[in-house]
Amino acid sequence: MSKKLIDLVHISKSFDGAAVLDDLNLYIRENEFLTLLGPSGCGKTTTLRLIGGFDTPDQGQVIFDGKDITSLSPNQRQVNTVFQKYALFPHMTIAENIAFGLKIRKKSKQYIQDKIKYALKLVNLDGFEGRSVDSLSGGQQQRIAIARAIVNEPKVLLLDEPLGALDLKLRQDMQYELIRLKNELGITFIYVTHDQEEALTMSDTIVVMNQGYIQQIGTPEDIYNEPSNAFVADFIGESNIIDGIMVKDRLVELLGVTLPCVDEGFGQQKPVDVVIRPEDVELVDPSNGQLAGEVTSLIFKGVHWEIDVMANGFEWLVHTTQMHPVGSHVGIHIDPFNIQIMHKPESSDERAVETDE
Amino acid sequence: MNKLKRQFLAGPYLVWIIGFILLPIIMILYYALTNQTGEATLSNILAIGTPIHSKALFLSLKLAFLCTAICLVLSYPLAMILSNIRKKHQNLIVFIFILPMWMNFMLRILAWKMLLSNNGVINSVLETLGIPPLDILNTPTAVVFCMVYDFLPFMILPIYNSMARIGKDIIEAAKDLGAGSVTIFFKIILPLTISGVVSGIIMVFVPALTSFAISDLLGGGKVLLIGNVIEQAFMQEYNWNLGSGLSIVLMVFVIASMALMSAHDKEGGGAGVW
Repeated sequence: MSKKLIDLVHISKSFDGAAVLDDLNLYIRENEFLTLLGPSGCGKTTTLRLIGGFDTPDQGQVIFDGKDITSLSPNQRQVNTVFQKYALFPHMTIAENIAFGLKIRKKSKQYIQDKIKYALKLVNLDGFEGRSVDSLSGGQQQRIAIARAIVNEPKVLLLDEPLGALDLKLRQDMQYELIRLKNELGITFIYVTHDQEEALTMSDTIVVMNQGYIQQIGTPEDIYNEPSNAFVADFIGESNIIDGIMVKDRLVELLGVTLPCVDEGFGQQKPVDVVIRPEDVELVDPSNGQLAGEVTSLIFKGVHWEIDVMANGFEWLVHTTQMHPVGSHVGIHIDPFNIQIMHKPESSDERAVETDE
Repeated sequence: MNKLKRQFLAGPYLVWIIGFILLPIIMILYYALTNQTGEATLSNILAIGTPIHSKALFLSLKLAFLCTAICLVLSYPLAMILSNIRKKHQNLIVFIFILPMWMNFMLRILAWKMLLSNNGVINSVLETLGIPPLDILNTPTAVVFCMVYDFLPFMILPIYNSMARIGKDIIEAAKDLGAGSVTIFFKIILPLTISGVVSGIIMVFVPALTSFAISDLLGGGKVLLIGNVIEQAFMQEYNWNLGSGLSIVLMVFVIASMALMSAHDKEGGGAGVW
């Protein structure tokens, strides 16, 4: 694996007495696309601003390439930021916007010209040099904001929900564009978003945060398939989260039935959270199911049907390509490897795990 | 039909424009270009060339420049400080600055006349502190002082508004790209507030140039501005022709100064109202 580029060590930060980050530890590798994912107020933007230098931590250190940069101001750091609302300079042309950082570092006219051309080509906006900021659409402005940041050849590009203001189609196009850019530039991207799909699509590593604590760090596959707690499971995609009791290794009891699973090491007769993804719930004939229930709602979602099934006092969310009309009786079957067992939050430290709903 | 109705609604405003704006201007033009027996002449306009009139115009321009410059120097840093403090406090401080505007203009001038007089509050306090008295009443200094006091909010507000419109993320973006505070001021803040500065200059310079009440009350008859000359022509000499002629000259200066400033304000933000 490549070396650590940024290391956040024991970071705490509070605003007006309210703790936003509490003893956060996180490192970011060189050349990684890392996403900070979480609901609003989880501390993800604060983490980004600490790396960018816009805020300083109350406690802890920001280490960059082996050096402590905790107290350096933003203009002395080798990182550049793409802001949520683009933050282009409205009184300058596109070329002047892109040249801003280069002029400060006293690059030659020819160098600046070449860089502007290169950057505009990179974001697919050739020939936009003389245009005014007002004449550009949101997506174009965002791409200029990216161009303005990358001409400075930062070691790290910080992106603060840069696609938040764009419509769905444009957002998806920009996601692919960002992946392409990251591969072409070979620099580290740190991306902040509350959109789990965006995070799954683009990231090498996802950091799921809630209420100032890191909930899980892993690859998109890890996070989706093996969520480490109920919060992550609920936040990443949709889930059925059910109170259960781990009878013994590889056997869990939920809603009055005992099901085989593949998890071990939880002890015997221990209360746990059981997480089952809606696409992992199989609807079968009532007589063949582990549970029996009745369809209460049916919504067509294009690729699949979204079905609510009431069974053993729990409303199951099911994604399936087969239609079952409302009122029909169905059986539910779950394969052992599709059952995820999670520890219940125990101490008050883990309260952050609880979902807000 | 609908179109007719909508035009009908504009009627009252049309009457207003014709009756209170166009007609008076035509009348002033008529008086300015005729003598008291009704014959056409340019003498009323050329009268600006007589020493007493040109001296008054020159003094008006000088004091208006001074007043505008002092207002600008006071307002710009204030607007900067204001836009950097908490929003809640910003509104309160702006409110305090415009509070005097709720008082009658003449009352404010009269108040300063009392305060600055030889045995007024200010000199009494200075006397008890053993500091020599401030003898500025009936001098141009007092006139400029009161002009600045009266017109300062008109400079503060447009500059503050343009300053408050600059997003925090714009400043952060500049920092992020390596700009220090000096660069941020000259490359970002100053260019983005220039339209507010232009509006402020026009809104202070024009009333300062044409004012006559302040010099009348605080100048003690010793500070003769072009506004006072015009007022005397109308009210004391009953020479409407001379008064109109000099008004036209003053109007030319006002329009010229506005045009000059507007040319520097490409965005046209705010200054357009004038």
